[in-house]
Amino acid sequence: MRVSLFITCLADHFYPEVGEAVVHLLRRHGVQVDFPSGQTCCGQPAWNTGHQEDARDLARNYLTTFASSEYIVMPSGSCAGHVRYFYPQMFNEDKVLYREACAVADRTYEFSEFMVKVLGVRDLGARYKARAVFHNNCHMQRELGVIDEPLELLRHVRDLELVENPRPDLCCGFGGAFSVKMPEISTAMADEKLGTFSPLQPDLLVSCDGGCLMHMGGRAERTGMKLKTMHLAELLWEGVQNNGR
Amino acid sequence: MAADPNSMPDFTARVEKALGDDQLRGALRYTADQLRTKRLAAMADLDSQAADDLALGTLDDLRARAREIKAHTLHNLNYYLKLAADQIRANGGTVHWAGNAGDVVRVVEEIARRRGAKSVIKAKSMATEEVHLNAALERQGLEVVESDLGEYIIQLAHETPAHIVIPAIHKTRRQIADLFEGVSGEALPTDTPTLTAFARKVLRKKFMGADLGVSGANFVVAQTGTLCLNTNEGNGRLTTSVPPVQIAVVGMEKLIPSLDDLAVMLSLLPRSATGQKITTYFNMITGPRRPGEPDGPEELHVIFLDNGRTNLLGTEFEEALYCIRCGACMNVCPVYRNIGGHAYGSTIPGPIGSVISPVLNGFESWTDLPQASSLCGACHQVCPVGIHLHDHLVNLRGRMVERGQEPLSMRIALSVWMAAWKRPWAYRLLSRLGYWLLRPFAKRTPDGKEYADNLPSIASGWTMSRNFPTVRKRTFHDRWADLEKGV
Repeated sequence: MRVSLFITCLADHFYPEVGEAVVHLLRRHGVQVDFPSGQTCCGQPAWNTGHQEDARDLARNYLTTFASSEYIVMPSGSCAGHVRYFYPQMFNEDKVLYREACAVADRTYEFSEFMVKVLGVRDLGARYKARAVFHNNCHMQRELGVIDEPLELLRHVRDLELVENPRPDLCCGFGGAFSVKMPEISTAMADEKLGTFSPLQPDLLVSCDGGCLMHMGGRAERTGMKLKTMHLAELLWEGVQNNGR
Repeated sequence: MAADPNSMPDFTARVEKALGDDQLRGALRYTADQLRTKRLAAMADLDSQAADDLALGTLDDLRARAREIKAHTLHNLNYYLKLAADQIRANGGTVHWAGNAGDVVRVVEEIARRRGAKSVIKAKSMATEEVHLNAALERQGLEVVESDLGEYIIQLAHETPAHIVIPAIHKTRRQIADLFEGVSGEALPTDTPTLTAFARKVLRKKFMGADLGVSGANFVVAQTGTLCLNTNEGNGRLTTSVPPVQIAVVGMEKLIPSLDDLAVMLSLLPRSATGQKITTYFNMITGPRRPGEPDGPEELHVIFLDNGRTNLLGTEFEEALYCIRCGACMNVCPVYRNIGGHAYGSTIPGPIGSVISPVLNGFESWTDLPQASSLCGACHQVCPVGIHLHDHLVNLRGRMVERGQEPLSMRIALSVWMAAWKRPWAYRLLSRLGYWLLRPFAKRTPDGKEYADNLPSIASGWTMSRNFPTVRKRTFHDRWADLEKGV
């Protein structure tokens, strides 16, 4: 089986270890991983700010780059959601591109979704000692319908105490450009979200999206809240190494 | 929606005021959470009833049917408007057409003048809020009293509804007791039975003495000319049956073809709004008092209101007319629960308000509202008619960019950024540049983690309240060569 990694702009620039973890974990399960170098960004920032033509150009670049990929896997539910939910819509007036968009969208997966749904693995053999809470990012749960897959992977991590997220529906307030255009509202949302975790006293916040982690982590750091943030793939890979496997 | 965004403090100031008001946010979150929880239970119950064949369908079934009903009615709007008007007239009612807010006011004023009316009792109606009917009638010297408890509270506070179903959602019981004290002249305890009993006592007298009863309608059934009213306090029934004249102000999108369609819509509305299977009172009004009947109004007037609605037909925003005004999108919106209804400034707040305010009143107004969303999609998920609210917000942003209604700094930043990212070589060059550009802003947390602070220009919005990560010296693109070798 061959997988093309789409690293996503956030992981590329800020969290390259997440990409490394994804590569290692996929390889451990017998997957051949390639990394098409022509990739840039899925175009979500352009689309969400109303720059729809720019967003279409970036989408075309993605369609070309991954045209021959068997599977495309990325460490972000939000970017995968953008590709699967919006790409077909973007090109609904162009039959050829619409078909291409649908075809590529069908082969696009978020990391945890791919592990559970395609590879059929749940126990990656990881051991990680922490009291963790998982944040379901909005686009992953609503656009992709991926809710339980990451939890399933986390439940199989040895020594990990997984506490239930009391409001998995509630957005952390990141919202891409929204976080800088409406910083006061965005920050209030982060505070409310982090506040829902406080009574549970977790020491680790896990998610499948760099954006949410950057936002909640950046706010927690600023307010002195003791909460480490970690991408699911990173936790799993560290956990596998901890377990000495 | 006819509210004028130019006549109020700007959006940022309104948001700042709301975010600084802990009482408002506390009350808001408490009630929004209660409504959300009740809705979830009601929908789970509906689905289990449907499984036992005790309901018309599951939530998904009913949502799909409601969408078909709405689409069909809107695509045949002229037909159903005429059918409804013919039926209302055949039932003994009078039909008026209002193209805009001023038309509604003129019709009501004319009826008031002809009847020599001095006092008006009102049942809850967002359409009358939209056209600012109360203020207009008060200028004519009429006494206007809101009879819905929530509306009565905000009328006493000289405010507008903060929520379309729960107008006083932002008020605490203490604040309500204080407002009632202004009427009674004596201190009132803050328990709910005392407060409602007080309002009931005051309002009973107003119902009995009113010359006109003004209501809205939740649905108008075209085939029978029936006005449908959901209320929980019985005030809708009194408003539409005690005064000698009843006037219903109805947005055109409230039309549905038949009673069968009503069964579908009625399965969705109370469950979505308050988590009830049915509201405590449900009125179906088909005409005024008939000869020989002991009660009911002598005259029944229905005013159909357009006010920009028909401009949406055939556009990408047509779906917004499916809205049945349940408020579910507000109850789950993480933005609404933090800033409340008044910060939006529009008659209808929350996700649906952010979509319809600009499209009904022109893109020049309300440019901030479509931006005030993280696009989390919680609104679409709960919408009983499946309006793709977050998609419409994105599309509105698109139309605003096309019209040049974007701050210059944002336009420049995004144009340069996106132009570079379309080219893989420029993307990688910008990564390198990004690393160096962030160096002067790099700091370290006490435990040694690097972050950026005090970023300039647009990015200052982030660093004013949150640490920002620095771009890594070796991006993933740089690291791939090593990974490839490691195979």
